[in-house]
Amino acid sequence: MAGLDAELHVQHLSHSFGPHEILRDISFSLKEGRVISVVGPSGGGKTTLLHLCAGFLDVEEGKVTNTFNKHAFAFQETRLLPWQTTLDNIAFGLKAQGMKKQQRYQLATEIALRFGLEKKDLSKFPKDLSGGMRQRVSFARALVIEPQLLFLDEPFSALDIGLKQELQQILIQLISAGRLTVFFITHDLMEAIKLSDQIIVLDVDPGRVAHTFTIEKPQQERDDAYVYAETAKLLANPVIIKTFELSIASSRNKSDNGVTA
Amino acid sequence: MNALLNIIKNFPRYLWSGWGAVSSIFLFITLWEFGFQQYGELVLPSPKNTFHTLWTMLHTDNIMQDVLITVKRAIWGFVISAGLGSFLGMLAGLFVTASIMSRPIITILMGMPPIAWIVLAMIWFGTGDNTVIFTVVVASFPIVFVGALQGSRTLEGDLKDMSDSFKAPLLMKFTDVYFPHIFSYIFPAWIAALGMSWKIVVMAELLSTPDGIGAALAVTRSHLDTAGALALVTIMIGFLLFIEYVFMEPIKREVEQWRD
Ligand SMILES: Nc1ncnc2c1ncn2[C@@H]1O[C@H](COP(=O)(O)OP(=O)(O)O)[C@@H](O)[C@H]1O
Ligand SMILES: [Mg+2]
Repeated sequence: MAGLDAELHVQHLSHSFGPHEILRDISFSLKEGRVISVVGPSGGGKTTLLHLCAGFLDVEEGKVTNTFNKHAFAFQETRLLPWQTTLDNIAFGLKAQGMKKQQRYQLATEIALRFGLEKKDLSKFPKDLSGGMRQRVSFARALVIEPQLLFLDEPFSALDIGLKQELQQILIQLISAGRLTVFFITHDLMEAIKLSDQIIVLDVDPGRVAHTFTIEKPQQERDDAYVYAETAKLLANPVIIKTFELSIASSRNKSDNGVTA
Repeated sequence: MNALLNIIKNFPRYLWSGWGAVSSIFLFITLWEFGFQQYGELVLPSPKNTFHTLWTMLHTDNIMQDVLITVKRAIWGFVISAGLGSFLGMLAGLFVTASIMSRPIITILMGMPPIAWIVLAMIWFGTGDNTVIFTVVVASFPIVFVGALQGSRTLEGDLKDMSDSFKAPLLMKFTDVYFPHIFSYIFPAWIAALGMSWKIVVMAELLSTPDGIGAALAVTRSHLDTAGALALVTIMIGFLLFIEYVFMEPIKREVEQWRD
């Protein structure tokens, strides 16, 4: 099961909420050790797609097969337990695995410090953390269990530039070490180019695959110049222009650091 | 366990912060003295006289026995309504139909004056413990029930999905996710119900039993013993303050510190 060929396979997936068609005929395959990004404007059904892949929503049409045996999430709205401290929140997944208190606190502390949290933050409750800190906690909670497959739903969107790059760097290291497969959702095209092997552009109303492209260059070798150049190239692509023109009209106020920025 | 240690650890500092409360009580006593000077001993006995009566009462009469009887009744009533209300409220919260159906019943229970219950209870149970405890339960139960109902109705699918995504076992989902949420609704309801129990128990006793503080209060009334009545009131308030500030408040601070 855990072997080399673990994969997340999505075939002809469609989904509606009541009469409202959200996703139409989506297919892709995410192989072990790879990173797929789904980019598209807000409200395009990206979170819905992730929830279908993760099994939070029942698949109505099409098929999702997930053969990874350990996966973790970082949610868009963090979903921390408000009554638990930073440390307990980070250690949640470890506790779920039955790890002893001392050991899980140690691992949680290590990762928290690595992710730019301070010692004094560990005993705070989520209400006393800033939005960016909460997202760090959520990200740490997902990574501390050393998942095989990581689902990320815009985990960097509330972070300031510096920390965003720091966490992206950590992610790139883990990916390059071959320890992580990532299904990554974002509305930031540049972020997608920086991190992924394959990018799926999702059109809105209904969400369907507008364009798919692959980046061969290893993540570690993609410097800023490369990312800018690729982004510019992509933005010249008529399909992208069409998709994101819609997004400029429909989600200008929603996207703070999207591709339009 | 940890929470208990924290409560004990923070207790001295908490007590020290009580000086403000103490000074406001002294201010109240000053006003009381002022009222006495205006209206005289029969209407409002002086604090000094009242406290003197209280002192002799505590030493000579069997008042402590009455106090214990009352406390016992209040606690029984509270425990029954807290247990029953928490359990049924949570259960009802899990089912939409049950929550909708329970609403009018709760409205009736909450809207019906306790005095009416006392009359009914006296007919049903005669005069004694059962009448008092029954009245306390009908008055406090709805408060807890509503708290528990809201607690379980507002459980969020989001956090459940989160805990499922980490494959949290059922027990852990309960202790780490469901329970703290529901408890944050139930606990304030318990405090309100405890206050309610203490008020209702005295009223019920006054009308329906030969013993307890309420009954003692009835005796002072028939003797026009205002100082005695005030002394009893002082005992009741003393208990209320003791429970509220020495027990409930420190627990509340500990369990609710995560809230805004
Ligand atoms: N549980 C739901 N019930 C009904 N509509 C929903 C639900 N979840 C999301 N939607 C709708 O589906 C659309 C896509 O939402 P979402 O997947 O969150 O988009 P994105 O993550 O790309 O911003 C939105 O119009 C949203 O209002
Ligand atoms: Mg989303």
